[in-house]
Amino acid sequence: MAELSTPHLLGIKELSEADIELILNTAEQFKEVLNRPIKKVPSLRDLTVANLFFENSTRTRLSFELAERRLSADVVNFSASGSSVSKGETLVDTVNNILAMKVDLVVMRHPMPGAALFLSKRVKSTIVNAGDGTHEHPTQALLDAYSIREKLGRLSGVRVVIVGDIMHSRVGLSNVLLLKKMGAETAVCGPVTLVPKHIRSLGVRVFERLEDALEWCDVVNMLRVQNERMDASYFPSLREYILRFGLTKDRLDALQGSRVVLHPGPINRGVEISSEVADGAHSIILDQVENGVAVRMAVLYLLASRLLPGDRRPS
Amino acid sequence: MGNAKQLLEAEEVSIILHRLCCQLIENHGDFSGTALIGLQPRGVVFARRVVKMLREDYGCDPLQMGLLDITFFRDDFRRREAPLKANSTRIDFIVEKLNVVFLDDVLYTGRSIRAAMDAILSFGRPRSIELMVLIDRRYARELPIQPDYTGRRVDSIDSERVVVEWSEEHGKDGVYLTRSERNG
Repeated sequence: MAELSTPHLLGIKELSEADIELILNTAEQFKEVLNRPIKKVPSLRDLTVANLFFENSTRTRLSFELAERRLSADVVNFSASGSSVSKGETLVDTVNNILAMKVDLVVMRHPMPGAALFLSKRVKSTIVNAGDGTHEHPTQALLDAYSIREKLGRLSGVRVVIVGDIMHSRVGLSNVLLLKKMGAETAVCGPVTLVPKHIRSLGVRVFERLEDALEWCDVVNMLRVQNERMDASYFPSLREYILRFGLTKDRLDALQGSRVVLHPGPINRGVEISSEVADGAHSIILDQVENGVAVRMAVLYLLASRLLPGDRRPS
Repeated sequence: MGNAKQLLEAEEVSIILHRLCCQLIENHGDFSGTALIGLQPRGVVFARRVVKMLREDYGCDPLQMGLLDITFFRDDFRRREAPLKANSTRIDFIVEKLNVVFLDDVLYTGRSIRAAMDAILSFGRPRSIELMVLIDRRYARELPIQPDYTGRRVDSIDSERVVVEWSEEHGKDGVYLTRSERNG
């Protein structure tokens, strides 16, 4: 199979195992392209992509923009601050106005869960979810999986633990869904107040002690504490959080064998991860950033291949 | 191959490959400034066979060989019934200032070669680019592209298809003409 089963990328939930495999394999070819002296291919030269960011972002936005430009697409950027959104315009109106300028694909980040799905049902364009509130962040999960596969050679049977603020993390949910589809074993670890009550029903193990989780896993994915999404105090103090759930060199050194360390960024150095670990030999954090461009190129390329020339409506 | 007409038998393929090797040696000498690039997917076995013959039968070593995938450079992206699937590219040398020879099994419309020329330029600026094909389906070109080294010229119509089989994949070398949709 060389075609995605879906016209949009709304979440990992909507992707089949074959879709994920196709994206990761295509990303491998794009990674090779990114290592050439001229890192550009002409595939999307007749398409225009709009990056709509209703929420702050540094690397995801840069990564998408770079991916689009490497594919030779025309790119327009939009951010909510300083736009007509602050004058009361609705999401659908904003997007339809942008689409009226003949845009073919929309990459959107939005603080509301389900915003990408909502948009996909109301506008005539291909939608790529670049993060919707606490719901999903599919391209991050895809690039995490790509990085794990690149490092360990496989996903099936790999034990991955996601540590930290699981409750508010779209990265956490997308990762759990993807890893499960690809046959990896997943676990989460964090303060009980930040681990969703029903996460076990997804077939996920829950560890309360970081030491136990590290002992069990091959890969540890450290999440940031998302203070901006918290409406209450979920743990007594930052100091206590660091002592119980901070990934330090001492904790890694106490283990037998090696662990692969991931972090979706932005890093709070000295909080969920120490500088020594983030910059150390276990860490593949910068590989994740590099792989992000290749994975996003693959997603855009595969979604664009479903658009016929002159037909801007996904089939 | 059931109803296919056989264009070349294994022995003829072997004679042609030897001739093509000799022509390459005539133009490229010790191959010090040359790279042979097999075009994915179907030019790869052809390229590997030519390189093996040059090494083993003609003592040409070292030889630089690479594989080039042209999927992202094609001009029929989003214009085909079947989606395009990317293959791997492997070029572990600097292309800049080299004489590059593309190897493909069948030359038809010339569009794949146009894409390959674009693709190789993303690795640098070669001194020259040449084209070697086992089969040239003449009178079918859609672009002004001609081979520099040709195994056999074949006259065929659009509804026919030229199929090259290699002993590595099919147990025996052979070239066939079948009635089917167009190929590259």
